[in-house]
Amino acid sequence: MTRYVMVADLNKCVGCQTCTAACKHTNATPPGVQWRKVLDVEMGEYPDVDRVFMPVGCQHCAEPPCMEVCPSTATGQRNDGIVTIDYDICIGCAYCFVACPYQARYKVSKPSFAFGKEPIENEAERFDEGRINVAMKCNFCSDKVDAGKEKGLTPGVDPDATPACANACIGDALHFGDIEDPDSNVSKLVKEKPHFRMHEELGTDPGFYYLWDGAE
Amino acid sequence: MQQHRFGRVLQNVWDWRAAGNFMFGGTGSSLLFLVGLFSFPEVPLPLIGLTALFFVAMGLFLVWLEIGRPLRFINVYFNPWTSWMSREAFVAVVVFVLALLGIVLELPLVTLLGGIAGLFFLYCQARILKASKGVPAWREPAIMQLIPVTGLAEGAGLLLLMNALLGVSNQGLLLLFVALLVLRIWAWSYYKKQLVIHEAPEGALAELKKINLLTLVAGNILPLLLCVAFIKANSFPFLLTIAGALAVLAGWLIKFTIVTKAAHYQGFAIMKRKRVKT
Repeated sequence: MTRYVMVADLNKCVGCQTCTAACKHTNATPPGVQWRKVLDVEMGEYPDVDRVFMPVGCQHCAEPPCMEVCPSTATGQRNDGIVTIDYDICIGCAYCFVACPYQARYKVSKPSFAFGKEPIENEAERFDEGRINVAMKCNFCSDKVDAGKEKGLTPGVDPDATPACANACIGDALHFGDIEDPDSNVSKLVKEKPHFRMHEELGTDPGFYYLWDGAE
Repeated sequence: MQQHRFGRVLQNVWDWRAAGNFMFGGTGSSLLFLVGLFSFPEVPLPLIGLTALFFVAMGLFLVWLEIGRPLRFINVYFNPWTSWMSREAFVAVVVFVLALLGIVLELPLVTLLGGIAGLFFLYCQARILKASKGVPAWREPAIMQLIPVTGLAEGAGLLLLMNALLGVSNQGLLLLFVALLVLRIWAWSYYKKQLVIHEAPEGALAELKKINLLTLVAGNILPLLLCVAFIKANSFPFLLTIAGALAVLAGWLIKFTIVTKAAHYQGFAIMKRKRVKT
C-alpha cells in the first residue's frame, strides 16, 4: 500500500510563504484561499519564548472526518491516501468545514480575482466555474503526482511528480512521499527525527508530520 | 509535553439558517411525536400535526437556503452509510410521508409512527453536531443529551401552549413537560461542565456563559414555577401558554448560540518546547 504524506520540518521553515505562492500559482486559487499556508506562531512567556513557522493545510487524514460527514460523497479518498473533492457533486453544505479540525477547507460564493473585478490573463485562462459555491482544499497536487507516476517518476523525489509546495520550499522544510515505503525520504525523516502530528487524539490519523526538536 | 493552542476562531460557514434547522426542526419533530403520543388512539388535531410539519419544513428550507449549490440538493441523499446529514434527510421524508398520511387519512397509529420517525430526526440532529470534529462545542459527547432533551422540552412546551389556546387539558403532558424542564436544566449544566473539562475554546465558553442565567431562570425555572402555580390553582391556562412559550424560546436560544456563537474551531496546536538554559 501507498500512503502519501507531507513532512514539515519546523526547525527549518523560515516562513517565507514560497509554498503558499507556489500552491496559489499551481492551483489558481482565488484571493483569500490558501490551500497551503504558513502560520506565524508565537508561544511561551518571556524569557521562555519561541517563534515558529508552521505550514498547514489539508492533512489528508487516514480517517478523514470530512469524508465521513459529507452527505453527497463529494469528498473521497484515493487508495494512496489523498483526500479529494468532486466539485461536480458537492452541494456546498459546508458540513466538511466544521468536521475538519484543521481549518483546511474553503468556499467562495462568487468569482474574485487578484487585481479587481476583471481577471488577469492567467486567471481568465484557468478560472473554473465549478469551484464556485463548493468546498475546496489541497489535493496534494494529485494530477501532478499521477502524471509523474505515469512517466515512471517517484513522488517526493522527482519534481514533476511532487506537489508544488514541496518543490518550491527554499528551506528544505517540506517533504512529500510515501510513508509506507520504509526507504522513502519521508519515512527516513520521521524515523530519525522527533516529530508530532496535530490533533492525533481526535482519531483522524493525519498525514502531515511535523519535525520539531521539542516534540517527544 | 504541553501543547500551545491557537487560531480557535469562530466558524462562519453555518449561520442563522443552519441554526434554524436545529431550532425549528427539533421543536417540530418533537411536537409531532408528542401530539401523536398524547392523542393516541384518537386522531390528533390536524392543526397541531400540520404545525409540527411546518416547523420541520421551515428548518429544512432554511438549511436549503444556506447550501452553496441549492439545485443539487438531491445529492444530500448520496451518503446514508456514514453521514448523519444524509440520514436526517432520509428520515425527513419518512416523517412527512407518515405524518401527512396519518393526518389526511385520520390514522392515529400512522401519525404516531411519523412522530417516532420525528424522534429519530431529532437524534440525527444531535449526531450531526457530534460528528463535527472541528468544533469542540459541537463534538462534545454531552450534546447527545442536550439536543434531544431540549428538543423534547420545546415540543412539549409548544404542545402545552397550543392545547391551552385550544382549550384542551392534558395532565400527563403537563407532568412530562415539568420532567423535561428538570432534565434540560441537568443536560444544560452537564454540557457546560463537560466543555470545561474537555478544554473547549474560551470564546465558546464565554458565549454560553452569557446566556446561562437567562436560559436557566427565564427558560426553565420560571416555566416550572408557572406550571406549579397552574397545578395549585387548577385554573388560569394562560400560565401554561407563557410557560410553553418560554420553554420553546429558551431552547431556540440555546441552539442558536451553540450553532452560531459558541462554534469556535478546534484551532491549531504545537508542542511547547522547553528551552535549555545555558
